Amino acid sequence: MQYKVAAVSENKGRINAFQTFGTLEGPGIRFVVFFQGCALRCAYCHNPETWSMQEGTSYTVDEIIEKAMRCKPYFGDTGGITLSGGEPLLQSAFAAELLQAAKARSLHTAICTAGSADLCGARGVLEYTDLVIADLKFTTDNAYRKYCRGSLQTVLDFLQLTEEMRRPLWLRQVIVPGINDTPEDAATLCGVARRFSNVEKVELLPFRKFCLEKYANLGLPFPLQETPEADAETMGPLLEVLGKCRF
Amino acid sequence: MSTNFKEGTWNEKIDVRDFIQKNYTPYTGDASFLAEPTKRTVGLREKLDALLAKERERGGVLDIKTDTVSSLLNYAPGYLDQENELIVGLQTDAPLRRGVNPFGGIKMAREACAAYGYILSDIVEDEFQYRTTHNDGVYRVYTEEMRSARRCGIITGLPDAYGRGRIIGDYRRVALYGIDKLIEEKQKDKKAVGEGSMDVDSIRLSEELYQQIRFLGYLKDMAALYGCDISGPAKNAREAVQWVYFGYLGAIKEQNGAAMSLGRVSTFLDIYIERDIQAGVLTEEGAQELIDQFVMKLRMARHLRTPAYNELFGGDPMWITEAVGGMGEDGRTLVTKTSYRFLHTLHNLGAAPEPNLTILWSTQLPESFKKYCASVSCGTCAIQYENDDLMRPYYGDDYAIACCVSAMRVGKDMQFFGARANLAKLLLLALNGGRDEIKNIQIGPQTEPYPDEVLDYDAVCKRLDLYRDWLAKTYVNTMNVIHYMHDKYAYEKTQMALHDTDVHRYMAFGAAGLSVLADSLSAIKYAKVKCVRDAATGLICDFTVEGEYPAYGNDDDRVDSIAAGQIELFHKALQQHPLYKNAEHTLSVLTITSNVVYGKKTGSTPDGRKVGEAFAPGANPMHGREKNGAIAALNSVAKIPYAHCKDGISNTFSIIPDALGKTEQERYGNLCAMLDGYFSQGAHHLNVNVMNREMLVEAYNDPDKYPNLTIRVSGYAVNFHKLSREQQREVIQRTFHHAV
Repeated sequence: MQYKVAAVSENKGRINAFQTFGTLEGPGIRFVVFFQGCALRCAYCHNPETWSMQEGTSYTVDEIIEKAMRCKPYFGDTGGITLSGGEPLLQSAFAAELLQAAKARSLHTAICTAGSADLCGARGVLEYTDLVIADLKFTTDNAYRKYCRGSLQTVLDFLQLTEEMRRPLWLRQVIVPGINDTPEDAATLCGVARRFSNVEKVELLPFRKFCLEKYANLGLPFPLQETPEADAETMGPLLEVLGKCRF
Repeated sequence: MSTNFKEGTWNEKIDVRDFIQKNYTPYTGDASFLAEPTKRTVGLREKLDALLAKERERGGVLDIKTDTVSSLLNYAPGYLDQENELIVGLQTDAPLRRGVNPFGGIKMAREACAAYGYILSDIVEDEFQYRTTHNDGVYRVYTEEMRSARRCGIITGLPDAYGRGRIIGDYRRVALYGIDKLIEEKQKDKKAVGEGSMDVDSIRLSEELYQQIRFLGYLKDMAALYGCDISGPAKNAREAVQWVYFGYLGAIKEQNGAAMSLGRVSTFLDIYIERDIQAGVLTEEGAQELIDQFVMKLRMARHLRTPAYNELFGGDPMWITEAVGGMGEDGRTLVTKTSYRFLHTLHNLGAAPEPNLTILWSTQLPESFKKYCASVSCGTCAIQYENDDLMRPYYGDDYAIACCVSAMRVGKDMQFFGARANLAKLLLLALNGGRDEIKNIQIGPQTEPYPDEVLDYDAVCKRLDLYRDWLAKTYVNTMNVIHYMHDKYAYEKTQMALHDTDVHRYMAFGAAGLSVLADSLSAIKYAKVKCVRDAATGLICDFTVEGEYPAYGNDDDRVDSIAAGQIELFHKALQQHPLYKNAEHTLSVLTITSNVVYGKKTGSTPDGRKVGEAFAPGANPMHGREKNGAIAALNSVAKIPYAHCKDGISNTFSIIPDALGKTEQERYGNLCAMLDGYFSQGAHHLNVNVMNREMLVEAYNDPDKYPNLTIRVSGYAVNFHKLSREQQREVIQRTFHHAV
């Protein structure tokens, strides 16, 4: 596929932070752009500082691409740029332009998203996305509303779109003790994953509480304060279920 | 000369590189051929581990032989377990027993004995009553200015009371040629010197050659004490390893230099090993056993140091640096199976800081070797990486690393080690008109202290220029005195005998506090920095910073260019002053563990760092100021120009395993990609630690829990438990890159 460099744009994106050495946001070493702003309020969210739509710093596409290119020597054959957040799809026009510019420079592109977004905007972003890492937070509409204040159907529609556009898809889920930590939960997740032919892998992330200090600094209560972290004992049986599941 | 090696110029003159190039076998395969330790090795290791535990119990020194001056022939042969030792030879007559070496200075030897509850014997005291030591010589000449610069710590760690080290004998020559041939060549050189006109330089050289020849003879006698005749070349792999080790052993019996590096022996030894394996007289187990036992001997090397010395060079290091890998000028890799065998000792013998295994990294290295190195880093934190693609154009393909980061052609270059100057303190000195901000004494040229409240970038830079020139001159003069006296009273006879007579010399200056200086100047330029003056003394003793400034370590050219520019200016200032023996001026950005001591001796700085706080090590950004992740930090350091820092730019990188990747394979792949990325930009050095901070905290609280915990600090590795409490705390505080 051929991509052209977009004309210099006045368009700016609101960015919370950059991580020049990401290794968990796609294959290889990733330059990760954390977008500012998220509409969900997931109970276990680790980045509450990215929620607000007003904060963050404005950057142009060129400014960010320049930073990404400083990391290119480290990408080898596998690394690249990943948009995360916050929710990158909430600034879909900017995200699309950014990824288009990245593709024009032969960078591998990925997005980390909850998939809870307007499909039209998402389509524009996916056009320039090599890999979608979608956090499928819960697999029942009830739980999704209760713990994320969002709609599961919107997310499923987004996943459907990634399949239509044939974008490789990694699914993720944070395992929270007492909420989605039974083998049945894992089986349901596998069931959802099987519905999409573009799923390449499913990853389970144990719930952790590294974010307590962030919440304290922001003066926010952490909803899962009393919930224990997910230990190896919790994760073991779920990983076993996952291991038997074929996508 | 040895049979069935391919001949070349090495048969006509001393040319080890030619022998290697004509005879070595590059290896591009993986690690699956490696062998486990033999029973004999395991038995020896158990004996050694027991001694090491005892050494720890006794506060770090097992025993001192106080009645003998260390030299090649002064101790009876010593063994760990004679029956099972394939490679023999100890520094003194018993394992881990330290000798005394008062040639650098009798006071240092006396204090070191006392620090561990020993008394230097009267025999030694009496003998040195009538001898001039290196230290005596230096202090006969030191000016008042040099003394005060030293006392207030603007230049620190100078080798004026201990051996300067940083000289790498080409120990391979002992194995390839045998002592008799080496003596013959040196005699020819001496004769040639005598045929020219006799001036100061040639008379001195002639006397040095006399000493070299004498000590080559001692080396032969030393080997004979262990039943070995090293007059001729080594005839097989075991002899080659043994002959090389004897060369090294002679050097560390004679000298207690700060860094006594081994050089680049693995590919050389591989030639002998490969030949024996081909001939069916050596197995892989046997080959590994030779290397394991050799490395075990290196791990037993010790020098006796004072507590003050340990503050600067924490962890009892020897810097037995062995350079492994790299690429040849003809494009073939210099990685051989014995490169793997050396790294494999970290598995067979357990992780340990010595020898200081240094990978000469090239993007062209065989992929499987890169992966293997990454796996060793992740498993042991014991190795460091240096950029072969950067150094090869300067030094060719037969160079090695002295100490941490100092490259030199083996047997052809030597260096005069010069510790380092404190550039952060220089800034404070410039602001206070040449007065020390802590001791309140005048040490530099007297000018009016900075008159205004708010610091102006251009005005500060101008002052800095003036004081930098003064520092450069004082530093050069001090170094010239030290090295003149070291040559006169503690010349490295064994090591220099294993160099070409016409040797190229570097004088290695150093800079500490670079990130503090760069951030301070950035704060002055981009934020508003106000001086706070001490009411009693009038000295500027603190600063207030209003607003934000770009900090070094974030790949921001605004400040990174300041760091690079200051280094270039300092190097050029040093170059204004001629050096003893026409040495070449080089500079390093390296601190060892002295970043803690330097911090202690430096007042508050305009970057917001408070009085006494530790500096970042080497060329590292200050802790916690990197806001954009590891690559941004690496990119900042990569901008320091090697052309002005040929003595090395040290960077220590610590990351928690989870942040490097999810699976082991991902971690190895990411670490290799990171090294390729860093070095492809012309960066010089990287220490790699892959570990959790919690483990360090545990080791700090409960030292017995991790007795062998090894970490990289600044160009070398240490046993964590051998660091002082203060140094341990500083290591724990350092930036650990983690996932966001």
